[in-house]
Amino acid sequence: MENKNKIILNIDGKDIDASEGETVLDVAKRSGIFIPTLCYHSDLKNKASCRMCLVSIEGKKGLFTSCSTKVENGMKILTDSPDILRARRTNLELIFAQHREECKDCVISHDCRLLELAKKFKVGISRLPDRKAGYPVYQFGPSLIFDSGKCIDCGNCTEICRKQGICFLEKRQKDTFYQVKPSLDEKKDCIYCGQCIIHCPVGAFEAVGEFENVEDPLKDKTKKVIFQFAPAIRTSIGEEFGMEPGENMLGQMTAAIRKLGAYKVFDTSVAADVTTIEEARELLERIKNKGTLPMFTSCCPAWVKYLEFYRSDYLPNLTTVRSPHIILGGLIKSYFAEKEGLDVKDIVVVSVMPCVSKKYEITREELLVDGVRPVDYVLTTRELARLFINHKIDLKKIEPEEMDDPLGLATGAGVIYGASGGVMESALRTAYKEITGKELENIEFESVRGMEGTKKAEVEIDGQKVRVAVVNGIANAQKILSELRDNPHLYDYVEVMACPGGCIGGGGQPLPTDREIRKKRAAGLYSIDKEKKVRLAHQSPIVNGLYEEFLSDKENVHKICHTKYFKKKREVEIKD
Amino acid sequence: MAKNLDVIAKIKESELTGRGGAGFPTGIKWEMVKSQKASKKYIICNSSEGEPAVFKDLYLWDNHVEEVVEGIKIALETIDHSTAYIYLNHVYYEKFKSKLEKLCKDLPVVIFEKKWGYLGGEETAACEVIEGRRPIVRKKPPFPGEKGLWGLPTLINNVETFYHVAKIMKGEYKNTKFFCVSGAVKKEGVWEFPAEISVKDVLEKTGNLPSFEFFVQVGGGATGEILLSSELDQPIRGASSIIVFDKVKTDPYELMQKWAQFFLEENCDKCVPCREGVYRISEMVKERKLDLEFLDDLFFTLDNASFCSMGRSVVIPFRSLINKIL
Repeated sequence: MENKNKIILNIDGKDIDASEGETVLDVAKRSGIFIPTLCYHSDLKNKASCRMCLVSIEGKKGLFTSCSTKVENGMKILTDSPDILRARRTNLELIFAQHREECKDCVISHDCRLLELAKKFKVGISRLPDRKAGYPVYQFGPSLIFDSGKCIDCGNCTEICRKQGICFLEKRQKDTFYQVKPSLDEKKDCIYCGQCIIHCPVGAFEAVGEFENVEDPLKDKTKKVIFQFAPAIRTSIGEEFGMEPGENMLGQMTAAIRKLGAYKVFDTSVAADVTTIEEARELLERIKNKGTLPMFTSCCPAWVKYLEFYRSDYLPNLTTVRSPHIILGGLIKSYFAEKEGLDVKDIVVVSVMPCVSKKYEITREELLVDGVRPVDYVLTTRELARLFINHKIDLKKIEPEEMDDPLGLATGAGVIYGASGGVMESALRTAYKEITGKELENIEFESVRGMEGTKKAEVEIDGQKVRVAVVNGIANAQKILSELRDNPHLYDYVEVMACPGGCIGGGGQPLPTDREIRKKRAAGLYSIDKEKKVRLAHQSPIVNGLYEEFLSDKENVHKICHTKYFKKKREVEIKD
Repeated sequence: MAKNLDVIAKIKESELTGRGGAGFPTGIKWEMVKSQKASKKYIICNSSEGEPAVFKDLYLWDNHVEEVVEGIKIALETIDHSTAYIYLNHVYYEKFKSKLEKLCKDLPVVIFEKKWGYLGGEETAACEVIEGRRPIVRKKPPFPGEKGLWGLPTLINNVETFYHVAKIMKGEYKNTKFFCVSGAVKKEGVWEFPAEISVKDVLEKTGNLPSFEFFVQVGGGATGEILLSSELDQPIRGASSIIVFDKVKTDPYELMQKWAQFFLEENCDKCVPCREGVYRISEMVKERKLDLEFLDDLFFTLDNASFCSMGRSVVIPFRSLINKIL
């Protein structure tokens, strides 16, 4: 740790210790002093554009944005005064006057910071006509909607899109205004990571909503609606009901989904164990037979789309193994349907994912199993919460229930898939057994855990060194690709998740999501793993059963568990 | 080395201030850049000149180009490891490119075309533009003198400032300034006068003091303040321009619409008060219906809570016109 100079400043009459380099907002936040913010997000640079976090500094003229003001020794700050209130109220009214309110249909209306601030500062939200009435609504593939009439021009989305290395969202001039717009460049395309949703303070971005579409099959007595949910949901959905991030809501969520009228509730983590086994085998085979290395993980459809569109030269590096929810959907519509004597036509599979690119993934033709889609609908964590709220189900109050047999019993390995490094760690645990025939004593690979954007490790298995890299965020993946250009044999196995922190920070997760919240959600997953009796994919009785009966047939493995990738042209069409 | 210090000492002694409008002491600016430790430094001669009624750069390029280039040359010799940009708006670039290329052919100088408007003249926005982006004002500090172009120490001065530096080194500097006079006058043009001359004296000495009822806008054709004919015994701050308006023939709403359009087009749309505040002012002016209470809130917020000085400068013309003329 750098030894930073300690300083003392005074906020609202209270002396507070601070370190050089901190901002006034940092210090106020950790001291429990409220300063309103809109464009501030801990993942991003301080742009100081919304002008809500204004404070005054004794001896200086004018007001200052606390997010961009560095603390100084002896500084005297006021966070509230008639002048500050006047400027904040005026700004807030101006922001409301550009933003087209659509509160009734807005997904974030129950948690809208703009509305909260309007209430707090007693600002009328409709005195002025909306400047952005009539602004266009864009759709990006089957994943995202951008309502530019709600945009408040803070630039968070363009910044995160640039930070992801994509630059699909940009500010372009139209009339006298710079407006956020999708790029018209044919060489750019949205990869559907959904980080724009996570970083938009006013709900201008949202997932393409499917939660209302599942109401019909749920009511239809001839349909068997089967829900599955991703590892990363269980420690985040509670936030939508006022719980702390990281709290395991598995049992409550199971009970609530059953209450919606689901026929079965399964755990995507079970299929994550299948992905792990298939991927570990593929890796070992590539190493043994001098196949294309490094092998890249493919669980993240935004990463897959990135390679297919931007870097198709690396498609041979992608593992052919399907992502866990696609495998589980395939198993439900084949193995499980046969076992239960169900007609595949009557089965509706709904995946609850922390992700919006999964909405795109299920539309991929090459994933069809005997002509049907493995998964029919993808709901985000937020959408599931919305569905519960619409059905007046309070997750906080419901009695936890067990998941259904047989596809509901997950291992620890399957659960940690939700955090960056989880896929890698699970595969390494199983690869160790495959190579050595022995079980690992210490199964926790600490070096691939954590929130850093890039983690590198060398893992020795039976004298053989496997060099791995784990990255989250596409820009970090781009760095790995440029390392590989100079040294193609630098790694054997690379895990990439498009979202910061992996799926726990996914574009479908509850708002707000920031670094601290992601950390807590990931910690929740690792503590579930720790408490599990079975923590290794290859020890899962369910998975072993599957491999003994259904997946002993090579054709079934091929059909359910593997796929292909294609070089892609731009998919998002924009009329502008 | 001694010579270099001599240059800065002489500039300081002359008390020359920046002629771009902000009036920062030139000697201190040069010293700041000079004292930075860096393997590369930049000099920018700012001829962005994008505000209505301001055209003294044009006059200087037409009549005193050698002196301006001489001033840039002195800066290049004074600031170690430096190269220079002559940063010209589109019109001036077309007009003076070949002339400047000839004069600078033995100097490490790039003649740069600014394809953007008014805001591109702000120091940090100019750095953004030269680096290849659109003009958005950077957070200060750090000032360009510490971290400017590509993060390196950068001296930015207006064309006229370089002209005066050349004069100082020749011992011919007499604390003068160039003034632009336009509008309802007999003779539009640029004149050189003592820096502290009053508005009234400029109009009188140029034969432009009207005999009809009039008011003036002083300090830029958009950001300047409105002064009544009874308020002319004061020096000219900001951009050194005077526009004369015929009080009877001028429609104040039309005038305000012109300003509003200028700010709408030229601001960077980054911060709420300037982007949205200017829009609301423009709507009110268009409707010819001013909500004075709301306007007062807007002015207050623009003045106290804008990201850069452009937002603050919006207030000056509107407030003074509304208070004095309406």
